[in-house]
Amino acid sequence: MKTVEDLERIRKQAQAMTRLREGKETTRIVVGMGTCGIAAGARETLSAIMDELARRNIQDVIVTQTGCIGLCEQEPIISIMMPGTEKVTYGKVSKEKARKIVASHVVNGQVVGEWVIPTG
Amino acid sequence: MRFYRSHVLVCGGTPCILEGCKAVRDALTEELKRRGLDEEVRVVETGCLGPCDLGPVIVVYPEGTLYEKVAVRDVSEIVEEHLLKGRIVRRLTGEGRLAGIVSYKEPEYLECQERIVLRNCGIIDPSSIEEYIARDGYRALAKCLTEMEPCDVIEVMKQSGLVGRGGAAFPTGLKWSFTANAVADEKFIICNADEGEPGTFKDRLILEGDPHSILEAMAIAGYAVGAERGFVYIRGEYSLSIERITKGIEQAKAMGLLGRDIFGSGFSFDIEVRKGAGAYVCGEETALIESMEGGRGEPRVKPPYPGTHGFLGMPTVVNNVETLGNIPRIILNGPVWYRGFGTPKCPGTKVFTMTGDINSKGLIEVPMGITLRKIIYEIGGGIPGGRSFKMAQTGGTSGGCLPGEMLDVPMDYFTLPEMGSALGSGALLIMDDSHCIVDIAESFMRFFVRESCGKCVPCREGTARLHHIVEKIAIGNGTYEDLRVLEDLSHAMQKTALCGLGQSAPIPIMTMLKYFKDEFEAHIKDKLCPTGTCRL
Repeated sequence: MKTVEDLERIRKQAQAMTRLREGKETTRIVVGMGTCGIAAGARETLSAIMDELARRNIQDVIVTQTGCIGLCEQEPIISIMMPGTEKVTYGKVSKEKARKIVASHVVNGQVVGEWVIPTG
Repeated sequence: MRFYRSHVLVCGGTPCILEGCKAVRDALTEELKRRGLDEEVRVVETGCLGPCDLGPVIVVYPEGTLYEKVAVRDVSEIVEEHLLKGRIVRRLTGEGRLAGIVSYKEPEYLECQERIVLRNCGIIDPSSIEEYIARDGYRALAKCLTEMEPCDVIEVMKQSGLVGRGGAAFPTGLKWSFTANAVADEKFIICNADEGEPGTFKDRLILEGDPHSILEAMAIAGYAVGAERGFVYIRGEYSLSIERITKGIEQAKAMGLLGRDIFGSGFSFDIEVRKGAGAYVCGEETALIESMEGGRGEPRVKPPYPGTHGFLGMPTVVNNVETLGNIPRIILNGPVWYRGFGTPKCPGTKVFTMTGDINSKGLIEVPMGITLRKIIYEIGGGIPGGRSFKMAQTGGTSGGCLPGEMLDVPMDYFTLPEMGSALGSGALLIMDDSHCIVDIAESFMRFFVRESCGKCVPCREGTARLHHIVEKIAIGNGTYEDLRVLEDLSHAMQKTALCGLGQSAPIPIMTMLKYFKDEFEAHIKDKLCPTGTCRL
């Protein structure tokens, strides 16, 4: 490292790495991991999300799990919360769907309407 | 850089290591691997989080859930329930003051605390320079080297009002200016990490938890005074601190944050670790320097002070670990910000290690001027077993003893000496009413007899006589004359001993005589101990 700019660059990278400890508002992907979710393949869905995020080098997304929300027939269910927008919940999210949702919704901000579970 | 969805922070401070955190960490790593979660969940070993009595402590992010007293047998449940299914294991989140912490970043129990020195402790992986940089690490050094002249740095330190946290409370900026103004071929910075006060382990935990902040501060000090070499003089027993600081130096050198021509400024700075051999007196700066030069650990006659005649006769700044820990923040946020903490006369914070008869033991950082009552009853959770508070000793064995009537006195480096006591280095030993004062005095003085280096008569003979007299009272052979001799001798030692050891060794006796004289008298007159717990 030779300059202050180098330090700043490393700082930015390192902050991305530790961002999930800061509790700052950021995009959250919540995967239903109740027994129903796991039985329906939520584990594979979660792995696919993780893999897709890593492949795209996305660092500032929090991936977390939740229990059964009472829509067992729709599992695996994932919800995406982005700062300033409504929560969007998707049902019957296979590995392939999960990858597409990451690409379309998380990266480009385009909700994949046909897989959304209507709420309210 | 991998993307992890969860970070599990395992407290790796020495208190948690003693409680078995390494086995928990290994079990966690093993269990994650077994369930195929090891590429999604990262295990991070941190420095001390603070609540040492609840160890081993782990914190799971992004939720920030804190689990206490985690045993190896709890690990699979945490992995299955929390890390796999996302359900918090309530059974382990505690019932006491840490219960229901949603995010460790803003826990309620830290409300009375103010973390400047400990800002990274327990939050970052101390063996990762990147995690330190993520939390503004080395930006203060960059600011000094690229935007400030050395005299500006010293001016900021003077304005901040920072005083030495090793116990002597000498103004840091002033200390630096003596060395900066001295003309010499070479100058040195020494970080005094020879933390020898019984009950004090703050420097150890700072070095374990955030080693880079100390290295950065030493480089800043070097730039301010014109030194190119620094030494961390550290207790040989502090193996984990030594390991982490040594690794930190290697990382900083590899990144060019130590070494030649840092940030292209022309300023060079290198740091070496020197291990102490365990003598209490070597925490005294001239004895420390003597020991670094290969001599016996004995203090020198002052003046001249190390600021102008220190290591190898050259101007040397000797700063305590905690003092240094404040410096990067002061440089980045400015002296006005720093003066916002603590009292006008004594700004900033103080790190304490709470031990003894108190519900929550551990590492805390509080604003200067906080009252003992607040520390004990709001942060420390009070005295266990329904007993009542008898006394607190601040600053380790050589610190003053404060009775119940001092619970509301502001604790800082200027108020306590006015009351004949001392804030000292940062140990806080709390005792309940089951302890006999004479018994405690005897054990303190026994310590000083052993640790006096023997160079000057007032300390060598004084500590032995003090111990002898206290022991006489303890076994019921004391006289009223003895109490007078204790007082006279204490005053004489304070005025004539060569170094801080002999000057402060009588402080506990003097404060005990001041506040608990009736207990000494009971041992003399009635040959009875009012607490009924000592040998009488």
